Amino acid sequence: MNWLLTLLLSIAVLGVAMTCVAYLTWLERKIAARMQNRIGPFWVGYPHGWLQPLADVAKLIIKEDITPKNADRVLFNLAPVMMVVPSLIGFAFIPFAAGLAVVDHPYSFLLFLAFASLALLGVFAAGWSSNNKYALISSLRMVAMAVSYEIPLLLSLLVPAVLVGSFRLTEIVEAQQGMPFILYPGIGQVAFVVFFIAMLAELNKAPFDLVEAESELVAAYNVEYTGMKFALFYAGEYAHTFAVCGLAATVFLGGYNGPAFLPGAVWLLLKMVGIFVLILWIRWSFMRVRIDQALMINWKILFPIALLNLVAAAWWVVRSGGAG
Amino acid sequence: MTEEIRVVDRELGELALNMGPQHPSTHGVLHLKVHLRGETVVKAIPGIGYLHRGVEKLSENLAYEQLAPIFERNDYLGPTANSLGYVVAVERLGGFEVPRRGAWLRTLVAELQRIASHLVWLGTLGLDLGGALGGGTTLYMYCFREREKILDYMEELTGTRFHTNFNLIGGARYDITPELAAKAVDLANQMEACLGEMRNMTSATAMFRGRVEGIGVIPRDLALSVGVTGPVLRASGVKFDVRKDAPYDAYPDLQFDIPTRTEGDALARFEVRMDEIAESAKLVRQLVEGLPDGPIFTRKPIKNPKGLKVKPNEVYAAVESPRGELGFYIVADGTFKPYRLKINAPSFCNLQVIPHIAPGLLLADVIATLGSLDPVLGDVDR
Repeated sequence: MNWLLTLLLSIAVLGVAMTCVAYLTWLERKIAARMQNRIGPFWVGYPHGWLQPLADVAKLIIKEDITPKNADRVLFNLAPVMMVVPSLIGFAFIPFAAGLAVVDHPYSFLLFLAFASLALLGVFAAGWSSNNKYALISSLRMVAMAVSYEIPLLLSLLVPAVLVGSFRLTEIVEAQQGMPFILYPGIGQVAFVVFFIAMLAELNKAPFDLVEAESELVAAYNVEYTGMKFALFYAGEYAHTFAVCGLAATVFLGGYNGPAFLPGAVWLLLKMVGIFVLILWIRWSFMRVRIDQALMINWKILFPIALLNLVAAAWWVVRSGGAG
Repeated sequence: MTEEIRVVDRELGELALNMGPQHPSTHGVLHLKVHLRGETVVKAIPGIGYLHRGVEKLSENLAYEQLAPIFERNDYLGPTANSLGYVVAVERLGGFEVPRRGAWLRTLVAELQRIASHLVWLGTLGLDLGGALGGGTTLYMYCFREREKILDYMEELTGTRFHTNFNLIGGARYDITPELAAKAVDLANQMEACLGEMRNMTSATAMFRGRVEGIGVIPRDLALSVGVTGPVLRASGVKFDVRKDAPYDAYPDLQFDIPTRTEGDALARFEVRMDEIAESAKLVRQLVEGLPDGPIFTRKPIKNPKGLKVKPNEVYAAVESPRGELGFYIVADGTFKPYRLKINAPSFCNLQVIPHIAPGLLLADVIATLGSLDPVLGDVDR
């Protein structure tokens, strides 16, 4: 019966995740509009255009599906799937109640990061196979950014793992019952800030959205995509963002831990949405950095800080006598 | 151009990229042919003509009286500056008198539209630097919120929001009421107040400064030899402004400064335009306070456009449009329509500097530079 439970659980998680992803687009448009002195989606669905995501999906389904003549056909059609699937797999590792995750693996933390990075391969495949110059430049930028920002991302995420002494996400959450890792003096805040900046770069969010810098590269890696394939990229992007928000909430903000008047899963969801809104706030406030500036910020600032912080965390653990 | 014909060097992995005419950041239908090595630009050639409407030829077949509103469609972000340049030229050509009140009103509308035009420039610079899916849109929306107030004012004054057709040969078309005059002062104060907010979103942030500081530097001698005009020229340290150096309408009687910078980079051009908004706001207040009494035009627009004949003569007259020196060269042959009319468009002059400053920049810098030059393609192609 174990497999049946896992199946039901994964369907539930997938359903919740996809619904959230659909409504995050609506949330983003509303928040962006609010920041910009606008109203945002309003007429599709009575209170504040709540049916807008469904209308968008319906529109994208009936759009013409075009594969460019000179594109690498197989890779071109595979790329959206390569982007969406690893992003959604990430949700499987996030524990949403005590000891309850779809996949509770001893190395679930590392598996999550592996799948999160795999999603970027879809972006690269799309840019490469489109046989479009803008898409090509975009995918090359993606590689440069991913190769750089993965390092501080991983180094800052290793801090909680070192403090707990485990790569099992459920154990990392359990260890934060008293105090979430972001409140650890010095180490926690530095790790979170470094992680957050690296995450913005990893997720192509402004001010590091160089991969889809539409003022330079038109629509960047998905410039040749239409209809549902384009929609898959968008869904993949939001799913990826939300999954990484989930990781941040789990690793730094104590995951499902919270005052008992709300169930743990709701706390987790609230924290995820909170981080997502923070990303939006930054995204709709700042100008984009240039590619050389982005790489310089990474190698000259984030990387040394992340490394020193990891050493400090290790020293903390050794001094307090072992992990945990 | 020394390297007009330059083949892409595939051995070095060069890439020829045609940016535009359909591109979100080329400010209309500009076509930039860019040779890239990695992301570094080796060569950039602007291709223009996608918005050519033959206005100069068209003007040889229309009466003097009919032409002013047509030129307002050239530089569609600062419409009155165009018709103002034309009417000033025709007035000098035919020796038509302009009553003082009319001249001051024309100046008032021109300065308000200068602010509106600079606000659009700031918003689109935001789009160029921050993207349509990022902080740029936020700046854009705030700029348009402020610009909307000016357009509303124009609607109240002239009945039209945008292409106001305010300037007549020999005066201004609509008179201003005391309430509207008070509103103009209020508007100028609001524009000045919004500058601080705009600066908080742009030059106060490290990201914006990092994108424009030291980018697209036009040295003084290059600026003079290429012949850039307006804020672009003044950002390179040349204090030239038609309003001061060849004054027209109300400008001889007004007190104002010409903001200049010496750095010549995109940030300097940004600073010059921001200061110009403040100066224009000052000018609007002065214009309302010192508005003379009297008629606003010497000659009413006539029903029969063929009635206005100009004796054989030729003239070059320039005004300071939001983009720089906008000159009209008109040759009259004694009939009711110009024999030849040539427009010296500021955007066209400013765009010529791109091939000189683009090599060595990154692709993103080319967009930032282009945004700081503020070309309007309707003005470039005419």
